Amino acid sequence: METLFFLIISLVAIISAILVVTCKNPINSALALIMTFFCLATYYVMLDAPFMAAVQVMVYAGAIMVLMVFTIMLLNIRVDATKKHSHKLVIGSIVGFFTFLNVVIVLVKSRAALPTGPYSGEMIKKLGHTELVGKEIFTNFLLPFEITSILLLVAIVGAVILAKKKI
Amino acid sequence: MGIEILGLPMMYYIAMVAKVLVAFVFVLLTVAYATYAERKIIGHMQVRLGPMRTGWHGLLQPIADGVKLFFKEEIIPSQASTFAFLVAPLIALIPAFITFAVIPFGGVIEVAGYKIPLQIAAYYDTTAGQVFDVNVGVLYILAMSSLGVYGIVLAGWASNSKYSLMGGLRASAQMISYELAAGLSIISVFMLSGTLSLTKIVELQSGMGGFEWYLFKQPLAAFIFFICSLAEINRTPFDLPEAETELVSGFCTEYSSMKYAMFFMAEYANMVTVCALTVTLFLGGWNGPLTAAMPLLGPVYFVAKVYFLMFVCMWIRATLPRYRYDQLMHLGWKVFIPIALVNIVVTGIIGYFI
Repeated sequence: METLFFLIISLVAIISAILVVTCKNPINSALALIMTFFCLATYYVMLDAPFMAAVQVMVYAGAIMVLMVFTIMLLNIRVDATKKHSHKLVIGSIVGFFTFLNVVIVLVKSRAALPTGPYSGEMIKKLGHTELVGKEIFTNFLLPFEITSILLLVAIVGAVILAKKKI
Repeated sequence: MGIEILGLPMMYYIAMVAKVLVAFVFVLLTVAYATYAERKIIGHMQVRLGPMRTGWHGLLQPIADGVKLFFKEEIIPSQASTFAFLVAPLIALIPAFITFAVIPFGGVIEVAGYKIPLQIAAYYDTTAGQVFDVNVGVLYILAMSSLGVYGIVLAGWASNSKYSLMGGLRASAQMISYELAAGLSIISVFMLSGTLSLTKIVELQSGMGGFEWYLFKQPLAAFIFFICSLAEINRTPFDLPEAETELVSGFCTEYSSMKYAMFFMAEYANMVTVCALTVTLFLGGWNGPLTAAMPLLGPVYFVAKVYFLMFVCMWIRATLPRYRYDQLMHLGWKVFIPIALVNIVVTGIIGYFI
């Protein structure tokens, strides 16, 4: 059952990922990218990480991609979309080839195994994924968490200063 | 019921399909009759009669409307971006419906010795003796409601019309800003409940004959959440994306026939979802007197509470004029978000000492 489900989702994920690069219209590419994010979220659910799945949809599909679509709409790239671009074929294919090689090597070298360490599948099911993530973030990883939030704050303040001439 | 398919009893599949059908048909019927109820209620509030011609007191009006919209001519503007134009109504409609998967609309009922929790994405584990549901239920709802904005934005952009584009832009700005305040306001509920599972949140509100409702513990959060949800689903007084005095019909100006109807359905389905979520989080969900003895009373209480909140939505529409755009942004960013943040801090302090 799970394997069948995984295959279906993988198929959708791969097709939509291909569509992201092949669509001529940027909005359609963005839609395909949202679909890919959705499939990723489904993988997280299958890996016993429902919190990650919800955050994936909320942050990537719900917030970041909305801003992307917003930008595409405001810039109105539709006029250029009909023109043919030379997509720098040679460089693109070289980069793509090496990335593919990289993935293949990593996949061949690694062996599929359950995660070792204190967090096993049963423990996550018993205590809840959200609780575990929350506890780790606010105890062991407090400093990185705070630094990230300061980084975001700086970005927001910077955006306000750039956008507003008179403050 | 000895038959098993893929390791699960047959009854599991039957129950799942039955629950999905019941919830779906319920939402569809409510959506159809909410349009009628809204016209009728607003009519009576403005000392008019509302629809009267089709059927007894206009009761067949939704069917007449549906048939009319179904047979209207389908127009796709020649300069429109066809794919996005066609897919936008679907993107608006689907998140509104699938949100219902995690909302519990009743307790556990027993059919032929098999216990079924009345929530679509949940099952009863006989070995553990308790209900398992999606333990990130609320996050799932927030994620889905954040997707609803795409339908409107795409519709506005793909129509290739200035009114539609303005409507779409307004909608996205409004929905993103109010999502923040709505999300922050329910954090204080989680601080009390300690869980994100909607089944457990409903269970926690069951005691004391209704005085355990989070409405009484978190009145401010309930208020902010309901208002922000109204803004997020573009209901009056926040229906700026389709302000007919300025923007003709906003993002759905260029739409016709069933695609227009789908936007309409999405709006009302969103209203049902928001009311159901408010009931679940703040008004005790399906809890009510005698639910322990008669589990089938649970859905009745749930539906009654949802309908009451929907009546409140229509009441607000009949009463309040529309906000101006700068007032709307001011209200969202400078009033609701600070209040919600203060509410979280106060809840944290009180929770620490009690």
